[in-house]
Amino acid sequence: MSDLAIDVRGLRKTFGSKVAVDGVDIAIPKGEVWGFLGPNGSGKTTTIRMLCGLLRPDAGEGTCLGFDFRTQSEQIKRETGYMTQRFSFWEDLSIRENLEFVARVYQLPKRRARVAATLERLGLVKRQRQLAGSLSGGWKQRLALAACMLHEPQLLLLDEPTAGVDPQARRDFWEEIHALSARGITVLVSTHYMDEAERCDRIVYILNSRVIARGTVAEVIARSGLTTFVMEGEGVRHLLEELRNAPGVDLAAFFGAALHVSGTNRSALERALAPYRGRPGLNVHEAPVSLEDVFIHLQREVHS
Amino acid sequence: MKHFSLARAFAVLVKEFIQMGRDPLTFAMIVGIPLVQLVLFGYAINLNPKNLPTAISIDDPGTFARSLTAALHNSGYFDIVEETNSPAEARRLLSEGRVSFVIEVPVNFTRDIIRGEKPQLLVEADATDPSASSYALAAFSELASAALRDDLVGSLAVRAPKAPPFELVVHRLYNPESVTQYNVVPGLLGVILTMTMVLITSLAVTRERERGTYENLLAMPATPLEIMFGKIAPYVAVGYVQVTLILLAGLYIFGVPMLGSLTLLSVALALFIIANLAVGYTFSTVAENQLQAMQMTFFFFLPSILLSGFMFPFDGMPVWAQWIGDVLPLTHFLRIVRGIMLKANGWAEIWPNMWPLIIFMSAACGIALMRFRRTLD
Repeated sequence: MSDLAIDVRGLRKTFGSKVAVDGVDIAIPKGEVWGFLGPNGSGKTTTIRMLCGLLRPDAGEGTCLGFDFRTQSEQIKRETGYMTQRFSFWEDLSIRENLEFVARVYQLPKRRARVAATLERLGLVKRQRQLAGSLSGGWKQRLALAACMLHEPQLLLLDEPTAGVDPQARRDFWEEIHALSARGITVLVSTHYMDEAERCDRIVYILNSRVIARGTVAEVIARSGLTTFVMEGEGVRHLLEELRNAPGVDLAAFFGAALHVSGTNRSALERALAPYRGRPGLNVHEAPVSLEDVFIHLQREVHS
Repeated sequence: MKHFSLARAFAVLVKEFIQMGRDPLTFAMIVGIPLVQLVLFGYAINLNPKNLPTAISIDDPGTFARSLTAALHNSGYFDIVEETNSPAEARRLLSEGRVSFVIEVPVNFTRDIIRGEKPQLLVEADATDPSASSYALAAFSELASAALRDDLVGSLAVRAPKAPPFELVVHRLYNPESVTQYNVVPGLLGVILTMTMVLITSLAVTRERERGTYENLLAMPATPLEIMFGKIAPYVAVGYVQVTLILLAGLYIFGVPMLGSLTLLSVALALFIIANLAVGYTFSTVAENQLQAMQMTFFFFLPSILLSGFMFPFDGMPVWAQWIGDVLPLTHFLRIVRGIMLKANGWAEIWPNMWPLIIFMSAACGIALMRFRRTLD
């Protein structure tokens, strides 16, 4: 067996005339946590569904956990935990019944003990008879993660697991992910949050059904060739329109109260910003390029 | 991997049972529909209608007219609600639907009979619904002859209708009093099962798809056969609960006998119930949502009711319609259930209708399994 948990090449999927995924390659070494990023509708969910056998690829080859992902999806399913974007456990079953169902379907030994341990770990022992549908978003997400971890999979495919979840729950969730990764479990997680992307070993950025950037966060940022200046202070709110169209400025956007101005040509960017330097009350300084700048820049580039 | 795991099928079955218990609508359907339909239709449907509103127009004050009126009344078929002397008025009553029959006794009816002139007795019937008037019409001729025979005595005896040169012996077997319920209640058993069983499973899978839980189910290692087994088996039990309710109600409310073997009926029921569940399951694999599943159910339900011999005599249908009817499981089940309950049919008698049920059930299960989508494509 290779050291890659996922090793697929040339993944392609069309729905009618619409190409959802086109030529996607993903190779994730075992035990790593990879982030899967991209705007809505770019093909993240479709890719994940193909990996766990829920969609038949039109083209592509490769393996998941050493099994051919096109023909051996039954074996892959046994070793994979898939968490859907939308809560997809049974809302008219109680928390306990949901876990027991999962345990039965996977034919897990010591079912009762395992379910009890999971309830204990989730802190849901007292609420185990509550219907899953009555849980809040954060609890649903924790239940879903616990349920898809119940059979101790080697690979976790998580589709936007933290969408609509509060910051504390997100933090807890990521701690759990890192703990799993430390135990050798491979995780592919799609997300829209940049802070989550930064917690991944590597990221894959997919846009319009194609992978357009990949690597560690630092690599992706470095490869973009962007330079970012931050402008703060008086009157900065009125500068956006001027700067957006200035030569040398590829990207101008507010992050909080600060205006981020980025460009791939450093000297042109500096020339564009020169008139603003030294204005009273206005502070212009260089800052590290953020992942978000890179993605927005990539999106613009592809669209133009 | 490919083998059938009872444990996984059992997992789906347990889940299905719990969900059924939590859904008040399903529960209402299981208990409510059979009882309401049975009581409603059991009392409402009458294939031998009596007390039909009748207008009589008498232009003759003689004895025979009066005897005829009395005989009509006593037969129970005719309820004389109007008396009129105008044929136009009588026709109006018919066309307005206020009466089903108009009987015209002509002028000098009594005199003409005595003279042996064979006067005409006119019966006009609203025959828009042939079955509503046929029993009463069939009874009429015999009734009129009998009424007059009592009056035509002594010197008039020569005018009395002659007895036919043979004696007609009719044995109404299995249902001597032509009680409609004897026919309708076993029929309703099949009709109710067809409706609820198809509907219940057709909703079962589409509901999963609508709620998004289908994706999760597919991501788990349960095979199509296990999922189907787990989803169908609980409703087989439901079907038997319905059957018990209907048979008990049939026995105690309508007095419908159960002459044959309950065991044999149970075997036939298993085939019939599973066949219908499989049809519903097939619908659910085709339908995009619960509304579509419901529409498909009714698409199946209507021919089942109309062409199976439940509502109208099967042998009266044209051959092509009988072919369609022969494909439907209800057609064969009706013959089996009526045979067992009313005629005490045994295995040999019901076999000609058992094998079509077996074939239908196998085919329906096969199609359902083939249609089951393992992926979300």
